[in-house]
Amino acid sequence: MLCQACGKKTATTHIKTVVNGKLTEYHLCSDCAQQKGYGDLFSNWGMDFGNLLGGFIGNGFPSPKTTCCPTCGASFEEITQSGKIGCADCYKTFREQLLPVIQRIHGTSRHKGKVPGGSALRISGGQHQMMPVKESPLEEKKRLLKQAIETQDFETAAVLRDEIKEMENHG
Amino acid sequence: MDELKKWYEKAGSCSDVVCSTRVRLARNLRQFPFPTRATDKQREAVEEKVKEALLSGNSILSREFRFIPLESASEEEAVSLVERHIVSPEFISDRRGKAVLISEDESISIMINEEDHLRIQVLKEGLSLKEAAETADRIDTLLSETLDFAYDPEFGYLTQCPTNLGTGMRASVMLHLPALTENGAMPRISSNLSKLGLTLRGTYGEGSKIVGALYQLSNQITLGLSENEAIENLRSITAQLMEEERKARSQMSENIGWRDKIDRAAGILKTARVLSSSEFMELLSYIRIGLSTGVLQGVAIEELIALMVNVQPATLMAKAGKQLDENQRDVLRATMARELCAKIKE
Ligand SMILES: [Zn+2]
Ligand SMILES: [Zn+2]
Repeated sequence: MLCQACGKKTATTHIKTVVNGKLTEYHLCSDCAQQKGYGDLFSNWGMDFGNLLGGFIGNGFPSPKTTCCPTCGASFEEITQSGKIGCADCYKTFREQLLPVIQRIHGTSRHKGKVPGGSALRISGGQHQMMPVKESPLEEKKRLLKQAIETQDFETAAVLRDEIKEMENHG
Repeated sequence: MDELKKWYEKAGSCSDVVCSTRVRLARNLRQFPFPTRATDKQREAVEEKVKEALLSGNSILSREFRFIPLESASEEEAVSLVERHIVSPEFISDRRGKAVLISEDESISIMINEEDHLRIQVLKEGLSLKEAAETADRIDTLLSETLDFAYDPEFGYLTQCPTNLGTGMRASVMLHLPALTENGAMPRISSNLSKLGLTLRGTYGEGSKIVGALYQLSNQITLGLSENEAIENLRSITAQLMEEERKARSQMSENIGWRDKIDRAAGILKTARVLSSSEFMELLSYIRIGLSTGVLQGVAIEELIALMVNVQPATLMAKAGKQLDENQRDVLRATMARELCAKIKE
């Protein structure tokens, strides 16, 4: 299939979109996709992912073909072909093979962000208001900081200010 | 009873350049395979669990959310969900085992069994990244009290596609950049942004042409950056783009050809009897810039955005509650545009 934008190269990126009230699919070559902002890994990742993996497997990695994920039954070959991970445990089963790909995509493989759990929160809201009442740890610190400043407890305020800074930087 | 305003009917900050803000979180339930590999039964179970987590108990959320199984939605309703940015186009292409939970003002939605088990989405008018991210975070925390999300200390939240690993968060802003489009700066800007780990994507119409100078700017990296860092990064780049666009607009304002386009657009929208979707979007872009630079007056930006949302083909039909052919839609669209634009003064 030819690219619908330039009409010259083979279309490799397929984008679903709604045009004039109808669900339509666009077929673009990688250059045109790139130019339109679709060239990144996550819209065309099936193919790039396969290429990435192929490149790594060729480089002396033990062939993982015989292994299947004990939880969902996916083989590594299936994952490469579909461009989709089977289940959460696949990340453990195929960790060695996935690691270099993940590093290539994100430039790192270390999560730095939210950790599940945290405080219970209740959502309260009067008239159609979506307002959780429970404050976040950060908000709590900010409130305490305000209090400390109001009561001129500058020692506590300084500590809180540093903690807030730290939290905001590392969120 | 007053009708609740939808999020897109409200005025937002920096609305001269930023139309809307969106934050999406990808989450999966640990005990089920990801959607592509899940059986119909497992998808159903995911749907039940998410629905229960949100709607059961004494949570006030139960009164705020509507549950829509996609299989029972009509074609117009499904497409209208995409037009209103509640769900992605991929989501409605195969509707089996899919459902969406929508808050009353349509600012919060949860897609079930999209690429991941859950996609929590928050939409806000104007530039509102921090607030949108915070709301999404709270919905996530609330759900995590009952749902066991797949998470790994090294990789973060586990997703069907490794490109979303980590925070699972995609934040984006919809920008209106007519002056930068007109002066040809967009290709340069777009390639610079990709070096910064951001993606700029046009809104395409028929023939994959950019429509109405609307662009979506979003973060690309989800692993190794915290939610706050990603949001802050996006916010500061958005601020720079807004500056550039405003500068380009003020240079453009001296240009008679530019002014001519704005006034003609107002003239057409005030009088037209038939308006196609793409012609409408092109003209609306000029009205929007006319209003935000003060060349035109009498209509608020949020009224314009609400019109833009409501005259989309499937949304028109969903609101009318019946099938309309293209010509009927074009007539109805022109009528609605005339009604609003009659208030425009130069
Ligand atoms: Zn092409
Ligand atoms: Zn698996």
